Amino acid sequence: MVNSRFDTRVDLCGIELDNPVIPASGTFGYGYEFAELYDINVLGTFSFKGTTLEPRFGNPTPRIAECTSGMLNSVGLQNPGVKKVISEELPKMRACFNKPVMANVGGFSVEEYCKVASMLDKEDCVGWLEVNISCPNVHGGGMSFGTSPEAAAEVTSAVRAVTKKPLIVKLSPNVTDIVAMAKACEDAGADGISLINTLLGMRIDLRRRRPVLANTAGGFSGPAIFPVALRMVYAVSKAVNIPVVGMGGVASAEDVIEMMLAGATAVEIGAQNLVDPYASRDIIADLPRAMEKHSITNLKDIIGGAH
Amino acid sequence: MKQGIWTIRDNRQIARDVFLMRLEGDATDITRPGQFINIKLDGMFLRRPISVCDWNSDGVTVIYKVVGKGTEQMSRMSAGEDLDVLSGLGNGFDISAAGDAPVVIGGGVGVPPMYGVAKKLAESGRCVSAVLGFNTAADVFFVDEFKKICHDVRITTADGSLGQRGFVTDALADMQYSYLYTCGPEPMLKAVWDRSTSGGQYSFEERMGCGFGACMGCSCKTKYGNKRICKDGPVLVREEIIW
Repeated sequence: MVNSRFDTRVDLCGIELDNPVIPASGTFGYGYEFAELYDINVLGTFSFKGTTLEPRFGNPTPRIAECTSGMLNSVGLQNPGVKKVISEELPKMRACFNKPVMANVGGFSVEEYCKVASMLDKEDCVGWLEVNISCPNVHGGGMSFGTSPEAAAEVTSAVRAVTKKPLIVKLSPNVTDIVAMAKACEDAGADGISLINTLLGMRIDLRRRRPVLANTAGGFSGPAIFPVALRMVYAVSKAVNIPVVGMGGVASAEDVIEMMLAGATAVEIGAQNLVDPYASRDIIADLPRAMEKHSITNLKDIIGGAH
Repeated sequence: MKQGIWTIRDNRQIARDVFLMRLEGDATDITRPGQFINIKLDGMFLRRPISVCDWNSDGVTVIYKVVGKGTEQMSRMSAGEDLDVLSGLGNGFDISAAGDAPVVIGGGVGVPPMYGVAKKLAESGRCVSAVLGFNTAADVFFVDEFKKICHDVRITTADGSLGQRGFVTDALADMQYSYLYTCGPEPMLKAVWDRSTSGGQYSFEERMGCGFGACMGCSCKTKYGNKRICKDGPVLVREEIIW
């Protein structure tokens, strides 16, 4: 939506978005679930559910827990596998969304990341590949690539070789030096960096005296993690020369502006979609008001404005 | 699914730790008994899924047990206060499969959705029986309401303080029925599944993130593939359940 007085357009790795708002992978299904509620073409784009080579059920339940200003999940990349995603889910997605979509790619080996990426690379509706090297919920999986700069670079350069589409690498906050991770991905050929995935956390059920989550620990998301995410987006965007997609606890138009001031070119909305299915739509609709209040006429102008 | 701001018209205790809340709002997206609403509470991040006991187009009756912070907060709310509600969630029970003489079986807080099923079955002219199981007499609620629409209502309590001593399956043992509908703790559902003689529909509970199918938090495996309890359930048919 291009507003005549307030320009919300941004350029993400060579593709223009009407606005910087992107529902995050794992919180928006394949879009059609939300298209029952509103026209999802108002979105900048969205990142669909993380896709692996083989179908996955994920972890045992319970895999959701309430926290103060947030939640834990230990879903563990449940998805029907890349073949079914392409044959069954993407046609349903295309029926309600006519913009380039972001394909979130999961994996357990460099080879698997490459296979999934090369299959999704052939889909015209896919605008960007977001390679998730940061899922906290799969043992020996994504996160082992997401905690070592060398391994992150290895995945990035291998996927780089199988796709010409913009390649965004999604980073974990559960590292000592997030800037080193981002730089390693940039040097290996990434076109963009998205961060942060969830923070590892846990809860204990006082009555049973056992962890709430069957998997013991899970990923913490929601408004509570916003300052952590903002700090990392700020540090990474100062250190790299490729666009940064900021996420982590974003819940309002003001949060979007704050993330962009920290250096984000676009902003993903995660957990908020789960408690308010209209959250992404409403944040987009609210952007002109927030821009006017903060004397912004063109959102592009504020990217990294706090550096 | 619809989101709306609903108004509390009544909120009162009806048994030990059990409350009945009447909510006024646009309930036109509720089409089947066994569906649920998802309630946003101040200071809580995730919504609280609560099954619908009874409804019409102007609102719903829910019955909930105080088990944690969220339901405790609900129990302290008063008539006139507003709640942000997502309504019309879940698949609900299909009453077309019932046959002439179905039985509804509820255990504890699994009882409320069975009232909605029994009511729809009775309205469709079926001869409905009900088996309602509780731990003890202090937990028992809604028996008179069931008696108004069912030709046979049997109460069981684990300690024998009201009705038949034992579990719902003890009461079910000598009953004849064409089909069954049930909701309750998973061990009860499993016992009903093991000992019943008819087809049936079983309503499951799981910790949910969104309640409308987006987060995959509440998935379960069935013989018909992976299902989301919130969207493809909470009601599963007997044939598909994997214990």
